[in-house]
Amino acid sequence: MTAVLGAPALPAQVANPMKFVRETWLVFQRQMLIVKRTPIRLVIGIAQPVAYLLLFAPLLKPALATVGARTTADAYRIYVPGLLVILVLLSALFAGFGLLAELRAGIIERARVTPVSRFALLLGRALSEVATLIGQALLITVLAIPFGLTVRIVPLLVAYVMLVLMGLLAASLSYGIALLVKNPAALGPLINTVAQPVALLSGVLLPLTLAPGWLRAVANWNPFYWATNGTRALFGGHLGDASVWKGLLLLLVLTVPAMWWSARLFSRRVR
Amino acid sequence: MTSTAEPVTGRAEQPEAKAPEPMISVSGLRKSYAVKHKRKTTSVEAVRGIDLSVFPGEIFGFLGPNGAGKTTTLRMLATLITPDDGTAVIAGADLRRRPAEVRRRIGYVAQGGGTVDEVTAREELVLQARMYGFGRAEAERRAEAALAAFDLSEYADRNCNTYSGGQRRRVDIALGVIHDPVVLFLDEPTASLDPQSRARMWDEVRRLRERGMTVFITTHYLEEADALCDRIAIIDHGEVVSLGTPDQLKREISGDVVSVGLAGPAEPAVALLSEMSYVTKVETPEGEDLRLYVSDAGTAIPQILRSLDAAGIEFDKIELQRPSLDDVFLAKTGRSLRES
Repeated sequence: MTAVLGAPALPAQVANPMKFVRETWLVFQRQMLIVKRTPIRLVIGIAQPVAYLLLFAPLLKPALATVGARTTADAYRIYVPGLLVILVLLSALFAGFGLLAELRAGIIERARVTPVSRFALLLGRALSEVATLIGQALLITVLAIPFGLTVRIVPLLVAYVMLVLMGLLAASLSYGIALLVKNPAALGPLINTVAQPVALLSGVLLPLTLAPGWLRAVANWNPFYWATNGTRALFGGHLGDASVWKGLLLLLVLTVPAMWWSARLFSRRVR
Repeated sequence: MTSTAEPVTGRAEQPEAKAPEPMISVSGLRKSYAVKHKRKTTSVEAVRGIDLSVFPGEIFGFLGPNGAGKTTTLRMLATLITPDDGTAVIAGADLRRRPAEVRRRIGYVAQGGGTVDEVTAREELVLQARMYGFGRAEAERRAEAALAAFDLSEYADRNCNTYSGGQRRRVDIALGVIHDPVVLFLDEPTASLDPQSRARMWDEVRRLRERGMTVFITTHYLEEADALCDRIAIIDHGEVVSLGTPDQLKREISGDVVSVGLAGPAEPAVALLSEMSYVTKVETPEGEDLRLYVSDAGTAIPQILRSLDAAGIEFDKIELQRPSLDDVFLAKTGRSLRES
């Protein structure tokens, strides 16, 4: 018996980028079609942030006065970005559930017997999760305008880039964890346990400038804290704020290896 | 090597001049899984060294109980899991060196299928064709042809969750052959189908063979292996215990049984027939017909008739009883497949 597992010189997606882009697009389109056919999932996903927007609104101005919110618009500039981060973070962290369900239903196996790239199968799915979340985030942004939210277009676009990266990072982490745990009954509590402190330590509901020093010290280790601060600065129109480039850089540096990790697990552990 | 014209054994190391090149040749295929139980990890050998060859245009069946290693073997051959050891060449492509090439040449349909509830059969077929690299127009053309070929046009634009079991299974098979593979792997194609749908699925499989495909199926249904497959490998505990055409397998264990209903006493007939070279054993069950064990009933019956006639022994009936594949399974494994 000779060793026959020859390692290819380059991963397939590098060797043939057009094939990879085309296949990612195919997977993305299919996942978006399923989203379109099950609008109830979108409604459920957006119900909570909308409820927060409507029911939390009256509390905002007095509560955020301490961090420099003098007007309702100021309050919304601080609050809405946090709401969007929560939406993207929590929803994307649950992406692994969908992956496990599709694995069990044989949908992914059916694709894996074709010459389609394994990474495209995962990336197309992650991108469709993120696209759905960005759509929901847009809706919330628009809904907040009648409450007095004002934004400038260029910083807003950069804020959405930040949200896309956050979504990709969270979805990749979720895929990786799901592939390690494999049991959906164990995955739920596990992701909840991770997501709650990560969200709170991002200062999504209230800025951590209100927090005692030790809490801020802990939050400094949370990449989503930096991303939240950056998103807030952008909603405030401060494109040049240090938290913007720091947040973007940190997300980029983390998202790429997270995607690589989950893709590796996917091609090795799925069987 | 045996000198029979038909390939009887799994390994055709030196195919005779007339024997075709195998479409699938498997040698020493192995796979074990780590199983955790009470913090202890043990290794379970799912497949323990399988050798076999499947020839072009055959419907080859893997018959065995659940857990015998059928699906694991099939998934290794379909590139879904990596073998621990062994080699396989499928449609001319080496499984381990060129899995991407194998994927292009084979179709694989899992036992549970893999359709999405919220999309239609047409959409699934188009997507599957596009994943094989076909452009949109060609993918749509292939989907249309597949819908017609599998008699699905009527439901083509309904969501997959509205289909009956038989319809869904036909969609699964249509998806598996959308790219016209040379080899098709079907994992339990008729499991949980009603008898009508099952018979229909057999016809579909036979039509695929007529289109030139080599079909490799797994099944735990004796009738299916018998009626549909040209050759069968009986697999148990990860090993092939017997391989051949259904008829060869049945003949291999005990030959055929011919029962003779005698008009008079049994003794003269027993004395006469025991002497005959074509009879291996004679039994006289109490109150029942005489049972003759012969290697091949087709050639033995005329001789039995002539011998009895020549000796003037009167009889009122003669019946052929062939052993079933379950008898084969019982002989090879000590268990009945119906019970397992």
